[in-house]
Amino acid sequence: MSDAAPNMPKPFDWSSPQAIAARKRRYAADRRLRLYGLISILTAIGLLGILIASLVVGGYSAFVQTHIAVEFTADAENVPVDDPASGNFRAVVANAVQQLFPELEDDRELRAARDILSSGAPNILRDHLTDNPELIGQSFTLKVPASDPFDQLNKGVIDRNLPEDRRRVSDVDIQLFESLEQRGLVSTPFNWALFFNADSRFPELAGLSGAIVGSFYALLVCFLISFPVGIAAAVYLEEFAPRNRWTDLIEVNINNLAAVPSIVFGLLGLAVFIQLFGLPRSAPLVGGLVLSLMTLPTMIIVTRASLKSIPPSIREAALGIGASKHEVILHHVLPLALPGILTGTIIGLAQALGETAPLLLIGMNAFLTSPPGGVMDPATALPTQIFIWADSPERGFVSRTSAAILVLLGFLIFMNAIAIYLRQRFERRW
Amino acid sequence: MSGYLFLAILGLSLIAFYVGRSTANGFVAAGGAQIHSRPIYHGAFAAVWVGIPALILVLLWLLFQDPVIDRLMLSSLPSSLTEGASASRMSLYLSEIRNVASGRIFGEPSPEILAAAERLQAWQAIAQWTMVVVVLALMVLALYIARSRMAPAFRARQNFERALDLLMIFSAVVAVLVTLGIIVSLTFEASRFFRLVPPQEFFFGLNWEPQIAIREDQVAGTGAFGAVPVFTGTLLIAAIALIVAIPVGLFSAIYLVEFANARVRGIVKPILEILAGVPTVVYGFFAVLTVAPAIRQAGSLMGIAISPNSALAAGGVMGIMIIPFISSLSDDALRAVPQSMRDGSLAMGATRSETITRVLLPAALPGIVGGILLAASRAIGETMIVVMAAGLTATLTANPLDGVTTVTVQIVTLLIGDTAFDNPKTLSAFALGLVLFVVTLCLNVAALRIVRRYREKYE
Repeated sequence: MSDAAPNMPKPFDWSSPQAIAARKRRYAADRRLRLYGLISILTAIGLLGILIASLVVGGYSAFVQTHIAVEFTADAENVPVDDPASGNFRAVVANAVQQLFPELEDDRELRAARDILSSGAPNILRDHLTDNPELIGQSFTLKVPASDPFDQLNKGVIDRNLPEDRRRVSDVDIQLFESLEQRGLVSTPFNWALFFNADSRFPELAGLSGAIVGSFYALLVCFLISFPVGIAAAVYLEEFAPRNRWTDLIEVNINNLAAVPSIVFGLLGLAVFIQLFGLPRSAPLVGGLVLSLMTLPTMIIVTRASLKSIPPSIREAALGIGASKHEVILHHVLPLALPGILTGTIIGLAQALGETAPLLLIGMNAFLTSPPGGVMDPATALPTQIFIWADSPERGFVSRTSAAILVLLGFLIFMNAIAIYLRQRFERRW
Repeated sequence: MSGYLFLAILGLSLIAFYVGRSTANGFVAAGGAQIHSRPIYHGAFAAVWVGIPALILVLLWLLFQDPVIDRLMLSSLPSSLTEGASASRMSLYLSEIRNVASGRIFGEPSPEILAAAERLQAWQAIAQWTMVVVVLALMVLALYIARSRMAPAFRARQNFERALDLLMIFSAVVAVLVTLGIIVSLTFEASRFFRLVPPQEFFFGLNWEPQIAIREDQVAGTGAFGAVPVFTGTLLIAAIALIVAIPVGLFSAIYLVEFANARVRGIVKPILEILAGVPTVVYGFFAVLTVAPAIRQAGSLMGIAISPNSALAAGGVMGIMIIPFISSLSDDALRAVPQSMRDGSLAMGATRSETITRVLLPAALPGIVGGILLAASRAIGETMIVVMAAGLTATLTANPLDGVTTVTVQIVTLLIGDTAFDNPKTLSAFALGLVLFVVTLCLNVAALRIVRRYREKYE
């Protein structure tokens, strides 16, 4: 034992400097790989953070709106008592502004002063007086939105210290506005108009109600079609279909359909629903149809997954006491799979809610100042409204676009939260 | 009107259900005879036979009513209007008639149009009332037939289940019909385009200026339909997106699978998934408002002029969007590698990183490649980011700091606004759509194949 066989290699010296160096190198490579991974994850999360932060920073100011309390006098000369809607409200507003700034005489200055109020002020006044006809002939104070430049000035987006030629409001404008501020007439309440007004050319009046209603109708149509059709198709493929070439074809087809770019569905909608069938452009019905075709593959895939998760023992037990195959599915399997199906449906609808490109092609990016009354009326949807506002040049629309995105994300988070709740509350582990 | 009809169909089906069930209950009450199906199936049988044919009839009627009336209307127009009129002229007449008929009168319509509008109103009324009468009659008839077939021995359950089967098969076929619809409509419109513009010009031409005049009074270019710059622009932006997304996605997946503990995984994976759930219009706005100005500023600091709608901004933001695709598919692929391979490598003395780079990555490569292909198809077909952040002019360049345009941008800009389906400008969008569909389909099929074959190997 004492003399080693001559043909054995010398045992490797693990403590030699070379070995230590090699080990060091290998461990360093290990640490490097781990570091790369960490950096990648932090990059991805950081980018998400930047995305959300830029939206919040850009958008939070649109949730409040500068209002100015103005004392109006609705004299009977301008507003007839028997038909208040036909009054000359422009004159009433002009008189009120003259009262607000009695020192102004120059026409040009008065016009500048009138521009502090939103161009929609006469309409707001009209609506207020038609609702409260007893105010005609009296003086009353009403808060009206300030126009976009002054709204931005009040929120500090327009810097008062910049030289005059580099900002959108003149020194005179700022003086007028500051005198209003000193008299305590300027306030910034929560911007309910963002939720209850329809679109407008004027940022201070523009709201999302038309887009929200349009999205609701489109999603309703989408749900009414893709939910029953998706479940029926999934039940057939999972429980009844024979394994043959045709069902294979359908399956491959569904998987591929799930990955077709959304804009292709828009082309389909344009060529088939609008060109061939003559359905109206911009209608939520067409939007909903296109979205339902897009969500159908998702619906089928999630429904099949939740049908698969129901253990065979349930089916066998029901079959064993004499239920027909259809009864097994309708009475036992589907009710048990329903939470999973609903979760998938909500996630599919959330995807459809964020989809923009196909809706652009079928014309759901129209400029509309009133919400749609039904599925056949022209409408916009939340994402297309975001697209329209993002293209608008007014400064006020930049923050409103971010605010609209926050509203859309809010809806998406809400829907996903419901889905997660459903999953955790009702999902059964077998 | 049709809304009430749908309600009426629903109501009559319910009535049919009760009629069927009470008939069957009558058999039971009469005693003696054993009934084959439970009363509820008699009800369901009656409801299906009353409701479904009526529903199908109404849908078909609504689909074909307007085209048929339009056809009739065009042939009934006096020859003074139709003589020598182009197809777009005719469709203008139609929309004018329709507007006048629904009370939206602009200017002074000619007497022919007014007369036609009155005819249209009359025809629409006739069509609608005929539909209501026919559908109601059909339902009553169906109820009568269903009722007369009911007997104690009638196999109502089997009949109802057969109807259910048909409905389910139809639903499964809908997905195939959608694919067929896409292929047929795209090839049809594209073939009309290729009749106006030769395919070799479209596929090999280097000049893309599709904004030609649709009406005679529009000021526009003469038009050129060489799509090569559009294709190269698409590839450039998709390549930038992949260059951003592949390393980030892949390294994240490696870290999550091999290094992170369960808690970190549980937190990080959903956060990465959020990136995939953000609507693309949001990314587009982010690219325009935040990323593009930042890139421009960085460029001007370094003294490089960068176009405001550079491919870099659009591609970079698109890269952020597809990170989760690559990370989650690589994650799946890495986790599908059997634990024994991992253990074997570690037992031989390899470090973690050596195991990953020499054993796991080669084993998971097909899955990862499949994921990258899917991500590439997603990047090529992505629309909103590029519509908002990329350019409109087609330049043949490989410089990421220039503005380029993509297939999807062109489709959207060509189809927003004036759309007449008889000129190359509109139709070229369908040709581009067809190319897009075919390319993404090939990528998807290849990716799904690779992923599936690989999965089978280890299961």
